[in-house]
Amino acid sequence: MGAIEVEGLTKEFGRRRALDGVSFSAEKGEVLGFLGPNGAGKTTTLRILAAVLPPTSGRARVAGFDTVSDGLAVRERVGYVPERVPLYEEMRVDAFLRFVADMKGIAPARVRVAVERALEEAGLGDAARDRIGRLSRGFRQRVGLAQALLADPPVLLLDEPTAGLDPAQIAETRALIRRLAGERTILLSTHILPEVSATCPRVVILARGRVVAVDTLAALAARAGRGRSVEVSVDGSPDGVREILGRVPGVRDVRDAGGNRFLVTADADRDVRPEVARALVAAGRAVLEVRSADLSLEDVFLDLVTDEPEARA
Amino acid sequence: MRRVLAIVRREIGSIVHSPIAAAVLCVFLVLAGYFFSSAAAYYSLVSSRALSGGAPDPSLNLVEGIVRPFFTPVAVLLLVFLPIVSMRLFAEETRSGTLELLLSYPVRDGEVVLGKFLAALAFLALLLVGTLADGALLGLVARPDPVPFATAFLGLLLLGGAFLSLGLFASSLTGNQIVAAVLSFGALLAFILLEWAGTLVSPGAARVLAHLSIMEHFGDFAKGVVDLRDVAYYVLFTTFFLYATTRLLELRRVRDL
Repeated sequence: MGAIEVEGLTKEFGRRRALDGVSFSAEKGEVLGFLGPNGAGKTTTLRILAAVLPPTSGRARVAGFDTVSDGLAVRERVGYVPERVPLYEEMRVDAFLRFVADMKGIAPARVRVAVERALEEAGLGDAARDRIGRLSRGFRQRVGLAQALLADPPVLLLDEPTAGLDPAQIAETRALIRRLAGERTILLSTHILPEVSATCPRVVILARGRVVAVDTLAALAARAGRGRSVEVSVDGSPDGVREILGRVPGVRDVRDAGGNRFLVTADADRDVRPEVARALVAAGRAVLEVRSADLSLEDVFLDLVTDEPEARA
Repeated sequence: MRRVLAIVRREIGSIVHSPIAAAVLCVFLVLAGYFFSSAAAYYSLVSSRALSGGAPDPSLNLVEGIVRPFFTPVAVLLLVFLPIVSMRLFAEETRSGTLELLLSYPVRDGEVVLGKFLAALAFLALLLVGTLADGALLGLVARPDPVPFATAFLGLLLLGGAFLSLGLFASSLTGNQIVAAVLSFGALLAFILLEWAGTLVSPGAARVLAHLSIMEHFGDFAKGVVDLRDVAYYVLFTTFFLYATTRLLELRRVRDL
């Protein structure tokens, strides 16, 4: 039995249908990416899985418990970090975590150890006595993770855990998520593709309240069937470059990317970069750059979320 | 129960951290002190007149002369100040989004409501204990019977608890603290005006309205009398609004908080 099982989940807010028959599952110990543009229904799904919100129809089981009929049992087994990490600003980090420990029913004698462990796991050791309202975004995110880790839940639900962080903080948070994986099942929601390619082997792609794909990243990339992409920059006039590139053996498509740059799509089994460079030089063009631009995954994602009927077919 | 206590502790911490609580405490105690001193001054005036041979005034005892004139306006102060204490209980958590986090913990909605209510009740008790200093002052110059003070204290706690339960309900309706305060103040005022509306309806209906009126039940407490019907009224009123708040919270979950 999977750690997360979702069947035909539908959620309506008044007339608006936020989720429409969403089904997927995650195995124990899996880090599942939950990908989709803003407004696709990711947060609503996470709230239902955290047993914060009941679905209109369909059912979800987390750690073996139904989120509606066994809401309390689910909440005991889930660590949830909501989007934008709402926290009690006036509290100190350690006092807040002690409060959460009480809420999660950790035995009084074990609260101190549990809080220290969560502080350490989330990398918050030095900030334990700081007031939450004074923390930087990166540290707030860590407090969010620390509260989710208390009581050592088997399932973690993380909603946009790197939103609003600087690149160094993003790298740290991703490393932290990878460390947290292992025994735990993690559902990581995000609207940015590199997020999942950095942390999740398998993804669920959601668009307009529907699941449009559930697959591994490699399979999704293969599904693109578009072969390899090469980005070419030339010096001087771009006139005629398209034609030169189009004549290179193995090249299937050339797009003008603007600013003297061209995007070349070639057969998947062939590296056309040397021949592209030779052809341009032979035609008397000055080549500034020829580099592999493997954007195929991004293309798949955009295809799935913008061209929904075709993707479902 | 441990979760309820954890919520009480957290709420009290957050009340103590807010400048609103300090402002309410100061202004409430200054005004209550004013009501006490004016009641005492009037009582001493009436007493000295009686001593100099005037007709004995029937209200010439400490209960009628000081306890009642002091605690009745204090009840009105509670009407003004308690909506300000209760307004942030849920509205602030809705606005900041912490309600979602709180409701993601293994805690029942009723425990959340009860914890918040008990924290507000503790603050009310602090306000009322502050007014006991006035009573202690009276003890320096006279031997007042402590019973009317105790019953008035109990009455104010019950009355204030009822105010707070309605305020908590109002606070769970909105993410805006001011709106919550206006709603609870308006609703409480309506519960007081019920008694006055009695003049517009038949005598039977007027009696029913008077029984429903929230201040009507406080009168006896300030005279040193505890009528179980009055206690039952406040307990039922409070229970009803705590229950309604719990149900509203469940409803809000369905509608996306």
